[in-house]
Amino acid sequence: MLQKVADRDDSGQRGTAPLLSFKGVGKVFSNGVTALDDVNLDVREGDFVSLLGPSGCGKSTALRLIARLSTPTSGQLEWRKALGDDCVGFVFQEPTLLPWASVFDNVWLPLRLRGVSRLKATPAVMEMLARVHLENFADAVPRELSGGMKMRVSIARAMVTKPRVLLMDEPFAALDEITRFKLNNDLLELWQQERFTAVFVTHSVFESVFLSSRIVVMAAKPGRVFRDMTVDAPYPRDEAFRTSSTYAELCRRTSDELSVAMDARVETRP
Amino acid sequence: MTAIENRSVVLDPEEARRVRQQRLEKIGSWVLPLAIMVVAVWFWDRICVWNDIPKYILPRPGVVVQTLQDDAPLLFSSLLVTLKITFLSLALAILGGVGLAVLFAQSKWVEMSFFPFAVILQVTPIVAIFPLINIYVDNQTAKLLLCAWIVAFFPILSNTTLGLNSVDRNLRDLFRLNGATRWQELWHLRLPAAMPYFLGGLKIAGGLSLIGAVVAEFVAGTSGQASGLASRIIEAGYRLNAPRLFAALILISLTGIVIFLVLSLLSHLILRRWHESALKQEA
Repeated sequence: MLQKVADRDDSGQRGTAPLLSFKGVGKVFSNGVTALDDVNLDVREGDFVSLLGPSGCGKSTALRLIARLSTPTSGQLEWRKALGDDCVGFVFQEPTLLPWASVFDNVWLPLRLRGVSRLKATPAVMEMLARVHLENFADAVPRELSGGMKMRVSIARAMVTKPRVLLMDEPFAALDEITRFKLNNDLLELWQQERFTAVFVTHSVFESVFLSSRIVVMAAKPGRVFRDMTVDAPYPRDEAFRTSSTYAELCRRTSDELSVAMDARVETRP
Repeated sequence: MTAIENRSVVLDPEEARRVRQQRLEKIGSWVLPLAIMVVAVWFWDRICVWNDIPKYILPRPGVVVQTLQDDAPLLFSSLLVTLKITFLSLALAILGGVGLAVLFAQSKWVEMSFFPFAVILQVTPIVAIFPLINIYVDNQTAKLLLCAWIVAFFPILSNTTLGLNSVDRNLRDLFRLNGATRWQELWHLRLPAAMPYFLGGLKIAGGLSLIGAVVAEFVAGTSGQASGLASRIIEAGYRLNAPRLFAALILISLTGIVIFLVLSLLSHLILRRWHESALKQEA
């Protein structure tokens, strides 16, 4: 276990140049809303970054910019090196599965769209399903699954292409607390095994502290980065961490920052 | 998971009542309409007898059934003609409706430009268009087909267009993220998503293609050997042959019912695993 932690630290140092940088990024929608204003942010390889903030602070917009689902109005996003389109996996707020397709077919989809046949994709798909503990549900259709299981399928689908960066847009917001905790644990386990870079959007302080190596607190109107915090707690984190005083203290500090960020919004109002 | 095991448990009175109720409703949904039908037919028979109505005005049900038997060769050969027009026009409606919908789905501009024409074609009563078709088209079968097609294709076109356009935004983003081509998006996402809408349109179009086939024949006024049920009805009307008129009418109704049932079954089979409309209510 210690070995794993050491590995992670290594990789963090190795990637001195950030994997991805926001350089003065702004996004204004056609209806005049400024979703992001002058955002400067570095995401390093192997980071687990949470974007934390009230609704309307542009955190989802930032995620869509990284995914190239949207383009910035001003400034630019710089990637360390030319990475192909394949480098990004996206987990949406809802499971967003094809309701008519089996669990297997849903996870196969990203590979299928890249021209990988069912036969060739089977090992990768089944391995991913095993990772999210759904290997026995390959033939089920989404409506036969619980909310948490659907989310697992969604994560497996995002991971099946082995992306360098996994983007998650409040993926567990609609789940009950017990399921959310379980999925938090599983996600961290997956992150440590696969060593991808994670950008996680959430409005839950507790979730962000539990998961992240870094928390970017954002403020709204206009959406901007308010504080960039490092979470000083070693991985792997488990249930013991969740009930530790360190965790409570970190949550308190993050929560304080968040409330200052939310007040800041009131002050800057014209 | 909702895997409820079938255990022999002791039910409380409320649950037992609910189970009984469900069983009754299940039987009732078949028996009640059937019983009402039987009573209605019996009443029809009685009205004929009580009022001494001559059979060229209102034949007794028994006479109609007898006619159905006696005139079977004539009626069924006509039914075949009508069925041919109905199914051919339905097939063309599916082809045309889905084809146009897919074309519309390729570009908002195409849809905006051409959809109004489809609407105009749809809202103009077919009977009013027919004289024109009669002038321009020589072939009798082609005439009838065109007529039935105009009536039947619109629900498929409009429903499928709606379905193709009502794909979950996130799913479209997902396809974009994975570099899907337009064709892949159509095949793997938009067409399956449009399936429930298409099947809904198909159910309507099935009935309409029959109506279209019958109406077309009415206005075309064909006669002779290769004429459908509509011609038989007109013919029977002229000759005050009410029993045959009723027999032909019953055949048309039965055909409509069968088409509806077959299309409902098809829809159920296709959607039963995933779509809300085909799911059984879970207690």
